[in-house]
Amino acid sequence: MRNLMKISTAALALTLGATAANAEGKLVLYHWFEYIPQDLLDKFTAETGIDVTMDTYDSNESMLASLKAGAIGTYDLAVPGDYMVKIMADEGLLDTIADGELANKGNIAQEWADPSFDPGRAHSIPYQWGSTSFAVNRDVYQGDINTTDILFNPPAELAGKINMLDSQGEVMAMASLHLGMEQCSNDRTQLKDLNAMLTAAKANWASFNSDTAKEVLVSGDAAVGQIYDGFSAKAREEGANIEYAFPSQGYVVWMDNVVLLKDAPNRENALKFMDFLLEPENIAAVSNYARYASGVNGVGAFVDPELAKLPEGNPPADAGTPVFIEVCNAETQAIYDKIWTNLKK
Amino acid sequence: MAAGAASGGSAVTDTYKESRTWLLMPAWLTLSILVLAPVTMMLVYSFLTKEFRGGVIWEFSLAAYDQFFFDRGLFGDEAPKVEWTYILIFWRSIWQAGAATILSLVIGFPTAYFIATRPEQSRPLWVFLITIPYWVNLLIRTVSMKFLLRDQGPFNDLLINIGLIDTPIHIINTNFAVQLGLFYSYLPFMVLPIYAAVERYNFTLSEAAADLYASKWVTLRRILLPAVKPGVIAGCILVFVPSMGSFLAPDLLGGAKNFMIGSLIEEQFKGNAGNWPFGAAASMILMTMVLIILLIYARQQARADKVEG
Repeated sequence: MRNLMKISTAALALTLGATAANAEGKLVLYHWFEYIPQDLLDKFTAETGIDVTMDTYDSNESMLASLKAGAIGTYDLAVPGDYMVKIMADEGLLDTIADGELANKGNIAQEWADPSFDPGRAHSIPYQWGSTSFAVNRDVYQGDINTTDILFNPPAELAGKINMLDSQGEVMAMASLHLGMEQCSNDRTQLKDLNAMLTAAKANWASFNSDTAKEVLVSGDAAVGQIYDGFSAKAREEGANIEYAFPSQGYVVWMDNVVLLKDAPNRENALKFMDFLLEPENIAAVSNYARYASGVNGVGAFVDPELAKLPEGNPPADAGTPVFIEVCNAETQAIYDKIWTNLKK
Repeated sequence: MAAGAASGGSAVTDTYKESRTWLLMPAWLTLSILVLAPVTMMLVYSFLTKEFRGGVIWEFSLAAYDQFFFDRGLFGDEAPKVEWTYILIFWRSIWQAGAATILSLVIGFPTAYFIATRPEQSRPLWVFLITIPYWVNLLIRTVSMKFLLRDQGPFNDLLINIGLIDTPIHIINTNFAVQLGLFYSYLPFMVLPIYAAVERYNFTLSEAAADLYASKWVTLRRILLPAVKPGVIAGCILVFVPSMGSFLAPDLLGGAKNFMIGSLIEEQFKGNAGNWPFGAAASMILMTMVLIILLIYARQQARADKVEG
């Protein structure tokens, strides 16, 4: 009974939002849109009495821009992608998690415990990981889709029906894979080729859109869409007859991570929330919602069995090598920016 | 707005003269905090050195303006040529905004005329009806428009069902979709000032013209239009200026394939580019252009007033 009262009080406090003063304090999240189930936040509040406030963003870059424009110190935690963790650490925007501060740190799966973008997990814990490739509407095209030609040199059936992600990093990485060159290569001939290839490919693209990458596939506005694996799975569940491609040239793999921000106003609560997310049951709830894998041990019993069987999560034997998006240096990035502007002028 | 300009004249007696300073304080505060300070900041930022991945280094630099006007090749080491990329983007924005303004005028003028010629007690109702859709957030209206116009959307379904067309008209992700979106976003800004002008128009002038054997077209062109011109121009400016800087319609309806000024500037702050001084410089150039347009308008108005007076 007392527990029930506690839960309902907490729920009430949450409904009243930030105005409700709570003895246990607050936690302010800066998170992607549509990426955490509300039930899970409610559960955290019920368990700890901590009120959670959340703002959302729609790209790693816009999150970085708003933090640099002065929002640092407002938020406790953010959820950047792999390469952005490195950028934020280099920019000095992250706080360090000391040894022993996270009780559940041992739950992190071995392969994600010491990633290249955050050695030793000094600032971050895994949130979700997956891949970025593209999905093709099988009603429109029946041929082989496991090649980046579908995006950059499409067959006639698909020309003019392609939606690309409106994200320089994703497009450039995929384009580099298509041309078989290193990401962030500063070789002049290669950069010129990249520029020319993208300009030519654009003629076959219908739009650039990240926010509605799923909707355009469901509605049929696009027959091909560059997309994250979880979004592709959701689009299929919503009725689109699409298949997710694993190009032989390779595809992008990514991991989103919960990072402790510098000057976090509620550092203690932030660490509690990180521990909370490292509980297999809790992070599995995120996976069930977002349709991505988690990078935490022991989630097997809690994740939706359907999730393990998703074609988006099970690359065929002949799939190309998955690669992380790389962080270019200032000089190469300036040229990438020019190519991107050229592409969209 | 147009009302003030047309009714003209300043008050002869100043009832609140003693407390004028204090009464004007809110206006001055708003102007300085919300207009002057941001514009000054932008101006300063546009002359600073860019920091990698957003932010500025406090060193004077003309790099942002150089990037805007000079093309030094992909690698930045060729002899400078005129950079057409950004001029093209500006030109596209002007063109799109211009088309949207003309669309708004063509639809907005008859609408305003219609409302102004209703019986006096029903006019507020019509004005109210015009504003109702604008209680909904712009983003939601733009997304809804996308749903309506898509190839398999209700608009095309309707046209196919009544047998007008066989295959869907492809509107989404075209320039026309952007113009349509801008037109719809800002239509009331056209209707309301024209309505205000037409409402004050003395319709006996039209009758007099008809008595003197002026055709309806001549009456419209020579009598009505000159009388309501301030309202028309105010409407055009109010539609054109926000259309130039908009990025929702180009992104959602135009497929973000071609930058407009708004999306170019947004990219400098929110995209990979992270080039704040360039974003600030592009904003300053946009603002200067708009100011020049407004100045030309103001000067012509003054000249016209002189001729009439």
